[in-house]
Amino acid sequence: MGREGEVVSDLIRDFEKLHPGIHVQVQQIPWSAAHEKLLTAYVGDATPDIAMLGNTWVPEFTAIDALEPLDALVASSKDAPRNDYFDGIWNTNVVDGKTFGIPWYVDTRVIFYRKDILAAAGYNQMPTTWADWRASMQKIKSRMGARQYPLLIPITEWPPPVIFGLQAGSPLLKDDGQYGAFSEAPFKKAFDFYVSLFNDKLAPALSGSEISNLYQEFERGNIAMYISGPWQIGEFTNRLPKAMQDKWATAPLPGVDGPGASLAGGASLSLFKASPHKHEAWLLMEYLSRPDVQIKFYGLTGDLPARRSAWQDSSLANNVHARAFRDQLDRVVPTPQVPEWEEIATKVYEHGEQAVRGKKTIDQTLAELDRDVNALLEKRRYMMSQKKLAAR
Amino acid sequence: MESARRRQQLTRILLYALLIIGAILALLPMLWMLSASLMPTGEASTFPPRFFPSAPTLEHYRDLFTRLDLGRNLLNSIFVSFVVTFVSLFINSLAGYAFAKLRFRGRDRVFRFLSMGLVLPVQVAMLPLFLLLKNMGLINTYWGVIIPGLSSIFGIFLVRQYALSIPDEMLDAARVDGASELRIFWSIVVPGIMPILATLSIWTFLATWNDFMWPLIVLSDASHYTLPVALANLSGEHVQDTELMMAGSVLTVIPVMLVFLFLQRYYIQGVMAGSVKG
Amino acid sequence: MKTKAVRMPAEANTAAWFFLAPALLLITVFFFVPVVASLILSVTDFDIYGIANPSNTRFVGLRNYQKLLSTPDFWNALKNTFYFAFVGGPLTIAVSLGAALLLNSKLVRFKGFFRTIYFTPFVTTLVAVAIVWRYLYHTRYGLFNYGLGKLGIAPIDWLGDPHWAMPAIILMAVWKSFGYNMLIFIAGLQAIPEELYDAAEIDGAGPFRRFFSIALPMLAPTLVFISVITMIGYFQLFAEPYVMTQGGPLRSTTSVVLLMYEEGFRWWRMGYAAAVAFVLFIVILIATLLQFRLQKERA
Repeated sequence: MGREGEVVSDLIRDFEKLHPGIHVQVQQIPWSAAHEKLLTAYVGDATPDIAMLGNTWVPEFTAIDALEPLDALVASSKDAPRNDYFDGIWNTNVVDGKTFGIPWYVDTRVIFYRKDILAAAGYNQMPTTWADWRASMQKIKSRMGARQYPLLIPITEWPPPVIFGLQAGSPLLKDDGQYGAFSEAPFKKAFDFYVSLFNDKLAPALSGSEISNLYQEFERGNIAMYISGPWQIGEFTNRLPKAMQDKWATAPLPGVDGPGASLAGGASLSLFKASPHKHEAWLLMEYLSRPDVQIKFYGLTGDLPARRSAWQDSSLANNVHARAFRDQLDRVVPTPQVPEWEEIATKVYEHGEQAVRGKKTIDQTLAELDRDVNALLEKRRYMMSQKKLAAR
Repeated sequence: MESARRRQQLTRILLYALLIIGAILALLPMLWMLSASLMPTGEASTFPPRFFPSAPTLEHYRDLFTRLDLGRNLLNSIFVSFVVTFVSLFINSLAGYAFAKLRFRGRDRVFRFLSMGLVLPVQVAMLPLFLLLKNMGLINTYWGVIIPGLSSIFGIFLVRQYALSIPDEMLDAARVDGASELRIFWSIVVPGIMPILATLSIWTFLATWNDFMWPLIVLSDASHYTLPVALANLSGEHVQDTELMMAGSVLTVIPVMLVFLFLQRYYIQGVMAGSVKG
Repeated sequence: MKTKAVRMPAEANTAAWFFLAPALLLITVFFFVPVVASLILSVTDFDIYGIANPSNTRFVGLRNYQKLLSTPDFWNALKNTFYFAFVGGPLTIAVSLGAALLLNSKLVRFKGFFRTIYFTPFVTTLVAVAIVWRYLYHTRYGLFNYGLGKLGIAPIDWLGDPHWAMPAIILMAVWKSFGYNMLIFIAGLQAIPEELYDAAEIDGAGPFRRFFSIALPMLAPTLVFISVITMIGYFQLFAEPYVMTQGGPLRSTTSVVLLMYEEGFRWWRMGYAAAVAFVLFIVILIATLLQFRLQKERA
């Protein structure tokens, strides 16, 4: 998906040179459709051998028995040793004690911001607490014109409200993923904060597809801050003109009372059970997990390596923008590992939109969100009660 | 009379004005699409909006065919549309003629049953159809897209309507001469219903080329996508790249526009004739 | 000498069934059977767990229907679909009729030329067009708001404002579809004998009178036919919201078919989605029957 799909062919070519008998075909899908397309492929018995899966999808594909457990392969592998990976990230791939994905690259969210605009408002560093952050945004806003906003958080994305929830200590789901915890105090606090950003006009109420060109808006100063992931390092470097390159920076996310947590995201390489070429596929997975290949991949996409040893390479160690990510990776929290997560996440922003646009109060919104989430989880509760699904 | 003449002149001017404004409105989106596809990157997102490119460039089209491999999707669309059009033409006209001119037991009952199908929205069938094709191993294949479109109740109706006007005597005479039914169909009926076959084939081609929901559901990898699905796929990832998306839209629309413009006589006549009889 | 005047019934039968077999087989297997299967699917909770292992499916009776009837999301989708059909439909018909009248006027030449131009939008691929219109509707850089600005009107957040998103889609649908109905109206208008108009003119009736007393009544059957076709088509709204708004903002453009697609092919709750599809079918059936009733009463 995304830019990775476009550049991975370079890496593939090198792999094919090393293994002349193996030919690899690459399919690209945009992130927005990848989840449904991969499931369609699964339902239609047309799965690829390997897929890059968002690591929040691994539990789902495991629950439908689509993936091959990798523990044996990992244990006997030189190129993908377990202990060279970030713990929090590796664990997102473990379901019922078995590993179903190898982390390929890590993703977490940090703030991308206009240094100059922040400095002009009197801040030399990105604030580290919610209160300070909000104050800085208000300062910036007071110096902005109409249709200009300090922060861009599209209302059709789930990471922002979920991240705030995780920062406030909410488990998002309770009772082993059987019920929603969105109307409880921690998430409510986070959600209040989220909605207030829009109410105070610090962020515009826009959907993802309405922002026709984020990079132009950032360059023109219509947006000063944007929460996003590592791939944006590459995009910002390539799409913003040379003159802008020293005007933007990254910083870890502010949290409630200090530096905050962020998503333990990323993509994994998973092997499909139905693959007729498991041996060759594993060779490719190992290849892509080599630290030198991970560094090369980083060079092509800006995606951060999952291998800790890769981080010592100078290209990464010296990359000023990657530092915020390295820092943030020490404070990552996974989302609930239930198959229904993808849909629950959608409900979060759908209901969130209602509150942001003032159609419902915060309490109403969260109550309805929990109601919907509980309904979604009914099958899971049934399956667990029938012992068809093990408890986590 | 002078004033009546004058009034007619004014009315005529008014009508032409309306027609021209209407024509501009009808064509404006397409013209902007074409123009924006030739603009350098970023020019389509400026204020005030530009109508003409400052320096027309074919770079986006190059991108489509090289980096994004849309040429493959173009071929897919061509393949699927041609197969469906010609095979369904044969199947539908056989059935349409049979309903019109062959006397057999149960004809009216079966026909009435088919007519009921016209009220059923095709979406009701999609979920089980998907599961059926899955069991046949046809998900994410061209045939998964082609097969459900090979016969249409509408097409059968259209042919039947037209075939009704073939004189029975001509057919009976051929039967007396000992010709088989298939022979009769091939040598007498088909030449006789050429106009409706032309209309139906254009109609089917356009409908298949433009079909979106079913290919979206059945196809899961980009190398199999037809153009509309590939385009929607692209727009998810490249919503930022206005000019590129416009080029993709042009590529999708041009073939059907050409087919339509060259064959519009048959098509339009078919629509209008069908409606009067209907 | 014996001559066979007409083929013997048995042989006629065989030939006929051969002719029909491919079509009937295809339609039965790939349309009618799935429709029936859909009904069966709708009383189960078949979902992604069920696809993995059919034994995970339960028979749930009418629970899916109960659920959808008590889900605001469903009623919202139904409301949006009705909004689209009952505003977009008449609007499309009005524009088509207007265009047909223009093109039918004796005072106008180049009829074929204009007719082709007006029909062109109908032929284009909906997805491609939806993408173009998405950019035309852009709040800052789109042509429409630019035009409004020239008229002194403030920019409208076409696809971002829940109140304007469906009208935006309706506008595009009218632009795209009016050509087809226009052709049918032209055919209908041309079928009206000149003498009726001439007689009325002699009697002193002006153009509006002539339209309402002659053209409209004679077009009535065509109007009903077109209304039914247009409504049935519009109830199946899918591609526009899928491409332009993803059903938003605030689910204001989520149609019944889009809901079915999301439930069935995105979340794989196929039992529930089948129930949604079936309700759509019932709605279309009722609307169709109602319109036929209306025609009967008028006649």
